[in-house]
Amino acid sequence: MHTMSFLRYTLLAIIVLGSTFGDVYIAKGMRQLGEITVSRWRDLLLAPFNPWVALGIVLLLSFYISYLASLSWADLSYIMPATTMGYVLTALMAHFMLGEHVSLTRWIGILMISFGVGFITGGPSLTVRPSPEGLEPHVEAHRR
Amino acid sequence: MNHLGFFATWGMVLLMVCLNSAGDMTTARAMRRVGDFSELRRKAGIFGVVRGVLTEPWFYLGLLAMALSFFALLAALSLIDLSVVVPASASLTFLLNLFGAQFFLKEHVSRRRWLSGMLVLGGIILLRG
Repeated sequence: MHTMSFLRYTLLAIIVLGSTFGDVYIAKGMRQLGEITVSRWRDLLLAPFNPWVALGIVLLLSFYISYLASLSWADLSYIMPATTMGYVLTALMAHFMLGEHVSLTRWIGILMISFGVGFITGGPSLTVRPSPEGLEPHVEAHRR
Repeated sequence: MNHLGFFATWGMVLLMVCLNSAGDMTTARAMRRVGDFSELRRKAGIFGVVRGVLTEPWFYLGLLAMALSFFALLAALSLIDLSVVVPASASLTFLLNLFGAQFFLKEHVSRRRWLSGMLVLGGIILLRG
């Protein structure tokens, strides 16, 4: 029987923060590089050499490794809310760090997404799923 | 800042969503097949974990889909506002993942989760405004 350990909470935190700040720094770098059009597609390959894009990539890599580790012990539907919260946080960061304008309607949209995600998180997180090896060792009994 | 028309913007977002979701689905399946990292590490050490991941074919499918969606994101970010692209693609990916979790990964997606998905969809529609 597995319980949420400190390490597992840390991994979830890295998932949220890594994806959020990774996207923010990549956006910042891409803003410096300017508009990428179809005729300038080769510039995409050079983008990782921009320092902000590089920092963003390092953060996204730490996100990815934590994501893999988390998916090794939890359902995708359990990890999903964490990553989606990260993306809502990204919109907030876009406003506070990049100075993008976020209208009232968008704020309400962000709130609705947060409520939706919170509602899912409040429900059962692990479900019994049949697999070739039988039931997964960490799943809890769940009413269908 | 938005240098694209309605269809180009949402076409780009949809492309990212499909790649993203395919990446999530295949990665989740790969990690389910590899098994709990901490257990694997106890049995075979940290290199056992690395080998377990690197010998899993679904992992490479997931990596490919995620890499493609990453470059789609790079392109999108230079054209569309971050606060539009990221929540929109994240929320749509979330919905697609709910379907995928139910039908591809065979997870139990309850009525509560579908309801939440609809709330998230409402949020996306408002984000467009």
